[in-house]
Amino acid sequence: MYYDNFVLPFTIGINILIIYLIVRYTRWIRSFPKQDRKRIVKGMFSAKTLRAIKEVFLECLVHRKVYRTSPFLGYMHMCFGLGWFLLIVVGKIESTVYHTTAFNPPYFAIFFRFFHPANETFPYSNVFAFIMDLILLLILSGLLLAFTKRLYSKALGMKKTTNHRPFDLLILTVLWLIFPLRFLAESFTSGIRGGGSFLTHTAGDFFSQFLPLESLSYPAWWAYSSALGLFFILLPFSRYMHIPTEMVYIFLKNWGIKQGTAFNAFSEIQMYSCSRCGICIDRCQLNTSLGMQDTQPVYFLKKIRHHKEYAVQTENCLMCGRCEAACPVDLKLNALRLSKREDLTRITKYTYSYIPMVTPERRKVAYFAGCMGHLTPSVIRAMQHLFKQAQVEYTFIDEKEGICCGRPLMLSGNRSGASVLMEKNKAAIEASGADLLVTSCPICYKTFKEDYGLNIEVMHHSEYLNRLIESGQLQPHQADYTTVFHNPCELGRGSHVCGTPEAALKAVSHKIATRYDGLNSLCCGGSLANTHITSTQRTKIAMDAVAAYAAYHPDYIVTACPLCKKTLSKKSTEIPIKDIAEIVAENC
Amino acid sequence: MNYDKNDKAFAAYLAQKAPSSKLCIGCGGCTATCTAGNLTEFNIRKLQMLVKRGENEEACKSLYKCMLCGKCLLVCPRGVDTRKMILAMSEYIHRQS
Repeated sequence: MYYDNFVLPFTIGINILIIYLIVRYTRWIRSFPKQDRKRIVKGMFSAKTLRAIKEVFLECLVHRKVYRTSPFLGYMHMCFGLGWFLLIVVGKIESTVYHTTAFNPPYFAIFFRFFHPANETFPYSNVFAFIMDLILLLILSGLLLAFTKRLYSKALGMKKTTNHRPFDLLILTVLWLIFPLRFLAESFTSGIRGGGSFLTHTAGDFFSQFLPLESLSYPAWWAYSSALGLFFILLPFSRYMHIPTEMVYIFLKNWGIKQGTAFNAFSEIQMYSCSRCGICIDRCQLNTSLGMQDTQPVYFLKKIRHHKEYAVQTENCLMCGRCEAACPVDLKLNALRLSKREDLTRITKYTYSYIPMVTPERRKVAYFAGCMGHLTPSVIRAMQHLFKQAQVEYTFIDEKEGICCGRPLMLSGNRSGASVLMEKNKAAIEASGADLLVTSCPICYKTFKEDYGLNIEVMHHSEYLNRLIESGQLQPHQADYTTVFHNPCELGRGSHVCGTPEAALKAVSHKIATRYDGLNSLCCGGSLANTHITSTQRTKIAMDAVAAYAAYHPDYIVTACPLCKKTLSKKSTEIPIKDIAEIVAENC
Repeated sequence: MNYDKNDKAFAAYLAQKAPSSKLCIGCGGCTATCTAGNLTEFNIRKLQMLVKRGENEEACKSLYKCMLCGKCLLVCPRGVDTRKMILAMSEYIHRQS
């Protein structure tokens, strides 16, 4: 029996952690609605589980998404994630090959170099020793980067890194100690009785020249085991709870569990899955334009988790989704924020009884300009011109007595009020008999697609225009001027429409590729979701966005949202802001 | 009507929660563009005036007609956060009840 008292801190720590996690996760999952629990059981025995395993490997271990932010940062996270994982797995295989049974106690693999007499070889023992040293070196290199990041985060591509609680800094220190302690313990042991490979063996020989390794080796194993034990015991109360929780989240997400309108157990799982990497801080324009560094998802979730006041943070979010698009854990950050916004009104269907029943003309195509669309009549005129050019007969749903789509109410937490408006709009759309709904406003577009449950196709006008161009119903010529595209938040990141508007724009102008294309587009600052910032602050965000696009010296900044057009126009005196419909109409 | 005897707590709450409401010059741009105002007697300019005067009951009656679409926010020449104003009013009524 391989045993020594120094394995106790590790063994106690890991057992406490496992028991805690089982209790915690069981409680969370038991509090899920029955429907979600059924989904889990159904998803468990399907291909979804395999997809989840793949995602766990790519995101929790390799940290693929972090690489997108910065390769150095990705490498650093990969060293810890994949490195530690390989250290455990390869260590287990090595100990199994030596011991010929997989049922050796967990600590045996972890402290293998202590228990294994170095003079006793076994199949591939040199190869194992080399691989284990290589993995340890990988982790130590990551540790060096992590330390550099704490001192100077810009070196790893982060302008701002997260401010952690003192407790989290303590456990960070414990984590950082684990691997150097392992390195020392293995090196000291190697220095006394041999073993190890290029790293620990060489270090052992080196240390043996001037250190009393006989008296240092055993305490080093104690220190290594104690650091591990302490880390495991502190883990549930620190941000490192994200390590096991993120995996649970990925499985649940793949099995079909979604963040609903309420902050529930699944929201808590997401909250605990946040690693506080701080990638959202640099992405947030409230930080980059306004210097606000306490409202990003990392801090919002941190405040909820540690029972701090978060009312301001709940309101102070543009819901542009820039953080969500970059989040390496793929947390549903907008939905989480929204779930904390309460409905404080008393709206019933009688409140909006003044809204008349609209009976639009029956046509195959229905057009909905939206409230914001009506603020930019030039966009509506352009669309009317294009419908005529393409010889499409359409019905204008909200031409005269239109109402709001309901999404602005939803963004304020007022779902009951929104549902009343949705019912009314839905009735009008259905009365038109259309099989295609085209809207000019991305805010309306998102809610028509996601919340209305319409049985017809819904398209944003940029998608529709691209379809008309592709089918030849519109034959625009390509103008000489250059354009950049500002993809509205609700369209690009919100509804995953990125390629089609850009294709339409390329057909009618010389579109300049920018670093803000696709999911990286900026927010104009006009977002209705934020009820905290002032008009001056909104203007500052718009100014910075205009300056960012102006750096490419385009003839026009083109957007596909009346709200963005209105907001950006206020601050773009030199470069005109146009809607994509206006640009297409000009060239048809 | 004696404005001095009216309850000004609502107005004070509004001024604190939505300070930009104090910038209103009563131009009526918000009302002219209002989606709800196009269909019924709903007037944001009047609504904020009623609250400031302490005519709370009348203000509460029409408050919820707002659809929070945000058009008024974009046309306001003074940068009054009209949506925040409406939400602050709702919050006050909610707290009172």
